[in-house]
Amino acid sequence: MELFVTTLTIFVLAIFVGFEVITKVPPTLHTPLMSGSNAISGITLVGAVISAGTQHTTLTTVLGFLAVVFATINVVGGFLVTHRMLEMFKRK
Amino acid sequence: MPAAVINFAYLLASALFIFALKGMSHPRTAVRGNLLGALGMFIAVLVTVLDRRIVSYEIIVAGLVLGSAIGALLALKIRMTAMPQMVALLNGFGGAASALVAGAALAETIHLRAPFDLQMTVATALSGLIGGVTFLGSLVAFGKLQELITSAPLVFPGRHALNAFVALLNAAMCVAVVMRPEELLLYWALLAASCVLGVLATIGIGGADMPVVISLLNSYSGLAACATGFVLQNNMLIIAGSLVGASGIILTQIMCKAMNRSLANVLFGGFGAQAAAKGEDIYAGKVKAVSGEEIAMLLANAQRVAFVPGYGMAVSQAQHAVQSLARMLEERGAEVFFAIHPVAGRMPGHMNVLLAEADVPYEQLKEMDEANPLFPQTDVSIVIGANDVVNPLARTDPKSPIAGMPILDVDKSRTVVVIKRSLSPGFAGIPNPLFAADNTLMFFSDGQKAINEIIHALKEM
Repeated sequence: MELFVTTLTIFVLAIFVGFEVITKVPPTLHTPLMSGSNAISGITLVGAVISAGTQHTTLTTVLGFLAVVFATINVVGGFLVTHRMLEMFKRK
Repeated sequence: MPAAVINFAYLLASALFIFALKGMSHPRTAVRGNLLGALGMFIAVLVTVLDRRIVSYEIIVAGLVLGSAIGALLALKIRMTAMPQMVALLNGFGGAASALVAGAALAETIHLRAPFDLQMTVATALSGLIGGVTFLGSLVAFGKLQELITSAPLVFPGRHALNAFVALLNAAMCVAVVMRPEELLLYWALLAASCVLGVLATIGIGGADMPVVISLLNSYSGLAACATGFVLQNNMLIIAGSLVGASGIILTQIMCKAMNRSLANVLFGGFGAQAAAKGEDIYAGKVKAVSGEEIAMLLANAQRVAFVPGYGMAVSQAQHAVQSLARMLEERGAEVFFAIHPVAGRMPGHMNVLLAEADVPYEQLKEMDEANPLFPQTDVSIVIGANDVVNPLARTDPKSPIAGMPILDVDKSRTVVVIKRSLSPGFAGIPNPLFAADNTLMFFSDGQKAINEIIHALKEM
């Protein structure tokens, strides 16, 4: 229970940080914000890597593999496409 | 690697994610911000790969290589006009990954006969629920945006009852997973139910409401990662997931406010499905159709010109032509700005990205609050592919479906040029009195073709 409260504290504080930071993003950058934050939500990849690598059962390995593929598409695709868009905003 | 080192690296990655989002506060710092985010992700994955629990690397490497190849291909090949589809797809993959990781963690706990605790089981159920809704919901949104399925809202009798039933079923499955975590089958049943809920939740939402849906799914993909963080007791996942969750919620709020509608109305309203109202009586005898030459003559003497883009500009790929015309006018000494409504296009910031692609400087892109005071001193406003967001009925008719929606006041400029293929109504299904206003000229044509004709005529002068 104590551990849960600590985790919950981190969760709530992170939400506050998120609100503070995101409200300062101008509407011009809302699309790159979405794709960029999307790439960050691919952080699930670290959980996927553990599942795919520990190989407890065939099932966990298969699930881990699929999760690694999905999360990597999310991460690589997200950061790359955001970079592509932001370069277009920058070059002026 | 000792756990303390791993956790320290995760803390570093979390901080880098916050810097990444902070960088997005200005186009100048955004590129660096995004790179910091990518660096954070790299650090996080690197220390995870070095975890001593990992016994074999083949599967991990295969997954990373395959995922990177698909991700890079998508990111480099996608056209800027198709960005909403791309983001929808990425949201979906994020949700799916979170649900799969939670499933794997549950399977592992069962296999190791480790004890279940309540936090883990509740979080697993939530991961499955949010992940499934995000995955299938995003696929439906993708299908609508790509026009693989009709972008009109699918409304059928009894849909509210069906939605309520499926939502209750999902709640029941969540409780079942929490009560009997050792039955893995229950988790898969929950996942299936949540996928159905994802389809039902998005299928009834029309194309022009997609900015809200994509923002919401973006938020869900973050919350799914967050729930997975609670499953794995991983603070970095929780921090990163909540940042994304907050971001999506803020964007959802902005979009709803820009349409003066509640989130519930967007999600359950079936907006845009009603039969289009007849516009003949408003339009009869009052619509003035003009050619490219007449518009060019008007523009030749204009001091200040506004462009008001909408989804139609994306459809006809007119952003480069629009930029050429804007530059020409500037070279002739006119002041040019672009007025962008928050819900123009199919996702937040959609128009801005297209115009940035066409090399329009971001200083010329004005938000609604900045643009509206400028219209009364604007000689010509060119509306290209936008309709509901410039409909004065929002201000004047309290019974209109768009009543109270903040609009761009183009009707206050001296002359309004509307480039549109026909008088057909926009997404809200209502006629637009702007088209029949005394100071409005209609140019019936495809957006790109129309702008090119104007450019051609202007060159001749």
